[in-house]
Amino acid sequence: MSETAEKVKKIVVEHLGVDEAKVTEDASFIDDLGADSLDTVELVMAFEEAFGVEIPDDAAEKITTVKDAIAYIEGQKG
Amino acid sequence: MFPNDAAPRRVVVTGMGIACPLGLGVENVWKRLLAGESGISAIQSFDVKDLPAKIAGQVPIGSRAEGKLDLNEWIPVKDQKKMDRFIQLAVVAAVEAVEDSGWLPKAEEDQAATGVMIGSGIGGLTTIYEASQQIAAGKAKRVSPFFIPSALINLASGHISIRYGFKGPNHAVVTACATGVHALGDAARLIAFGDADVMVAGGAEAAVSEIGMAGFCASRALSTAFNGTPQQASRPWDEGRDGFVMGEGAGVVVLEEYEHAKKRGAKIYAEVIGYGMSGDAYHITAPSETGDGAYRSMRAALRSAGVAPAEVQYVNAHGTSTPLGDDLELGAVERLWGDDARGLAMSSTKSAIGHLLGAAGAVEGIFSILAIRDRVAPPTLNLEQPSRESPIDRVAKVAQERPITVALSNSFGFGGTNASIVFRAAP
Repeated sequence: MSETAEKVKKIVVEHLGVDEAKVTEDASFIDDLGADSLDTVELVMAFEEAFGVEIPDDAAEKITTVKDAIAYIEGQKG
Repeated sequence: MFPNDAAPRRVVVTGMGIACPLGLGVENVWKRLLAGESGISAIQSFDVKDLPAKIAGQVPIGSRAEGKLDLNEWIPVKDQKKMDRFIQLAVVAAVEAVEDSGWLPKAEEDQAATGVMIGSGIGGLTTIYEASQQIAAGKAKRVSPFFIPSALINLASGHISIRYGFKGPNHAVVTACATGVHALGDAARLIAFGDADVMVAGGAEAAVSEIGMAGFCASRALSTAFNGTPQQASRPWDEGRDGFVMGEGAGVVVLEEYEHAKKRGAKIYAEVIGYGMSGDAYHITAPSETGDGAYRSMRAALRSAGVAPAEVQYVNAHGTSTPLGDDLELGAVERLWGDDARGLAMSSTKSAIGHLLGAAGAVEGIFSILAIRDRVAPPTLNLEQPSRESPIDRVAKVAQERPITVALSNSFGFGGTNASIVFRAAP
């Protein structure tokens, strides 16, 4: 697992209060991890803070799974 | 407004919950209160060096089994950050009250007949302060999406309704330090009028923070002479009093239509028989010089209860330990009770827990109910030398067994808002 993936999963566990085992790469924040729309806004802000990236709203809307988040962040960091 | 053929319905108390500086759990807090213990201590959670008042009543940290607060036992971690502390405390007290009442409706119509009315004097003050700091630091985009719902006063009622599926009236009172009594009284009226069969009602406050303390220090309302001896600082009617001691906490009761409670075999603590309100129309923070607002509030409550002053054996005073307010309230009670003042017991339990602002009336309402249940008047701590004599027994320092069947509780707030509520022993 990449360093980014590990960090993303850790943030998801902390913010959504879910078991680490449930945070698979395919897990959807809303459908699988019990997040609501405000939770996802906060998650994206936490990613921005942790990785020092800007995630504009239109991009944030497309980040619905753990995998989406990892891919977006890795893409930004080049 | 009022259904044609309906008469007001009777309202009883079937559940109670408290989180306050004497701890968690109604029985635990009551036992400590009667024993003359104090919940006032030095503030440790933030730096008080620039504040003239350095003490407060803070909810003790520890396990539920010890009668203390560990939030993780009550609210999932992920939800805690969506709530200012006043909401967290409201939820804790509401969970205790609802569990105590045994009313956990699953049927749609029962849920729709159950409402929530939890108020707060100030609401999410600390949450607003923290967001302001972020904005001042140029981080407006980092303000949490939970900032607004965490700060809003009616979100205490919102969270409790969501937790239990209570789909009846969802309301919130905001009348400064009179909030708790207004919430209980207004909720009782909703039941009496038929808007709901059950109401979860109360008040919550969490202003023991830098911004809360600084604000009340600035309004010259807080005690500053007892920073070295915190437990002596709240001393209603005593000549050495010099202001109130800030406290945090929540009090919540389950109010229920009498027949509804009887039908399900609920334990009934007391009946809500009277409620009165008034406005001073005088000053934004000072009580009216004649005590007339307090007098009219109590008179209205007794009138609505249909009882004479002589029939009331106990008054839980607003009694905040401020130089002006305490004796004005005392004078108003003496005037209303007249010759019957001699038989009356009146104490201020703020002497033990401080002033819980918007939660005060709800917590003190619960103390009044317990005074009826156990036939005992809780003490006024630190009342060594009254600033003036009175025929009313102010229950100095030690609880007194008394034949209490009717009790009145007062709460008065900034803005000149007054409320009084009257309870009677369970029917």
